[in-house]
Amino acid sequence: MSPLLAIYIVVSVMAVAGGLGTVLARNVVYASLFLLLSLLSVAGIYVLLFSPFLALVQVLIYGGAIIIVVLFALMLTRQGDETGSLDSPQKPLAAVAGLAALGVLIATIVVNKWPPSVDPEPVGFEKLGATLFTQWAVPFEIASVLLLVALIGAIVIARPEDSQ
Amino acid sequence: MIELEYVLFLSAVLFSLGLFGVLARRNAVMILLAIELMLNAVNINLVAFTVYLSPDLLVGIIFAIFIITVAAAELALALAIVLRLYRTRSSVNVDEVNLMRW
Repeated sequence: MSPLLAIYIVVSVMAVAGGLGTVLARNVVYASLFLLLSLLSVAGIYVLLFSPFLALVQVLIYGGAIIIVVLFALMLTRQGDETGSLDSPQKPLAAVAGLAALGVLIATIVVNKWPPSVDPEPVGFEKLGATLFTQWAVPFEIASVLLLVALIGAIVIARPEDSQ
Repeated sequence: MIELEYVLFLSAVLFSLGLFGVLARRNAVMILLAIELMLNAVNINLVAFTVYLSPDLLVGIIFAIFIITVAAAELALALAIVLRLYRTRSSVNVDEVNLMRW
């Protein structure tokens, strides 16, 4: 077994453990910290897949921004000491649905004949930037407008009514 | 060397975990966390296909960047809605929000 594969297995186990913790934890704060573990492991997977730019974006946006926003939301929606169950009564059905999806996906991966994979090589920042700003420039600009709209919308929705 | 199938297996497991989380939770913030898990599984898939099958096109990596952007926008809006919901209903459990249920 090559050292790269060994590292990959360790990082994958961390990602899956974080995902399991996210969906099974009994405490909302623990669940979001488990999600952080999973997202940072996914950044490690990106490094192993030779995409350092995506790994950077993943750590900055998910590790730095999204988890902080989620923790703020949890802090503001604290329901005192009376917590109640986080899980819906349809949990057994959800387990069946999840296992069914896993079965279908695994079967598809095993049965399908994948084209021969090329030798992966690092995706350079320069090439990625050139492609993003020439071929994909219009979607890029639309994405920036989308972010602006979402930002203003979030402020308007979350603002208290009496502050107008 | 890491085979394409190994990455696809990891992505399948993460996606199924996210699907289970979306269906099994009743706290709205927990459902959003599970959705983030599913989006990340899809991103892993896109990057793996790009790096292993068509490295000169970079389409999957560009798509992953856009998905991360849209996921951030979606999460900000959804959390704003959750905050407003908590203010009017004092609860973030999705099964107690039945005003528009048929």
